[in-house]
Amino acid sequence: MLELILLICVIGAGTWGELCVSRAMKALGEVHDFRPAALVQFAWRAARVGWMWVGISLMTVAFFSLLALLSMENVSFVVPVTALSYAAGAIGAALFLREKVTKQRWLGVLVVCLGVTLVWLSRH
Amino acid sequence: MKNSPGLHLKTYIFLLFIALFAPLGNVLLSKGMKGVGSAKNWQPQALLHVVTQVLRSGYIWFGIGCLLAFFVAYMLVLTWADYSFVQPASAFSYAIVAILGLLLLGEKVSPLRWSGIAVICLGVLIVSDTHPRTTEKE
Repeated sequence: MLELILLICVIGAGTWGELCVSRAMKALGEVHDFRPAALVQFAWRAARVGWMWVGISLMTVAFFSLLALLSMENVSFVVPVTALSYAAGAIGAALFLREKVTKQRWLGVLVVCLGVTLVWLSRH
Repeated sequence: MKNSPGLHLKTYIFLLFIALFAPLGNVLLSKGMKGVGSAKNWQPQALLHVVTQVLRSGYIWFGIGCLLAFFVAYMLVLTWADYSFVQPASAFSYAIVAILGLLLLGEKVSPLRWSGIAVICLGVLIVSDTHPRTTEKE
């Protein structure tokens, strides 16, 4: 039961954290200059976007939940089952970021979920 | 830029970084956490003990370093490619993490689990065949 709760935290907080970070990065625009000084300046601009901090906070929750889960289960089980976040991610991308998720992408996400189910069944 | 080969090349180079750093980071974290063990109860003292052990583990710090490298690459690629493209495409790391778990940690990976991972990779290939960007630049 505890493992399931931790998995929900990893998927839920992780996906929403990534969506918030993605929204912040979209607001900042595309990176063209990869020199260290320019990247530091970019990081400074990113730190002033609110969505970035919401995203980082959620991703921190997901990270510590992942650590707790890794202390209980094998990494070859834990990491593949977190692929369930693809379904949550695709839904969030369509609703929250207003991305056009094509039928082919939905199909891919569905196949990924099928794979996760098989990995889950291999648990015992 | 929307359909340029440069955009695709740049995207796939960053996806390669993402696919390598994330699994390596997770395997190092797993190695570290297996050494630390899970908290025996939810008492603050027990949790504090676990957190202290976590902070003292070299494997966990190396793992965090790899995940930070992954995170930087991930954030950069999100500035030009769609989230719904990047996230599933990075799922190649699921196959790599199982291989690393087998080779470096000696985990037993059953045929059913390999099948599941293979199906996940198939899903990744389907998603990767779509264009990285579906929204216009702001």
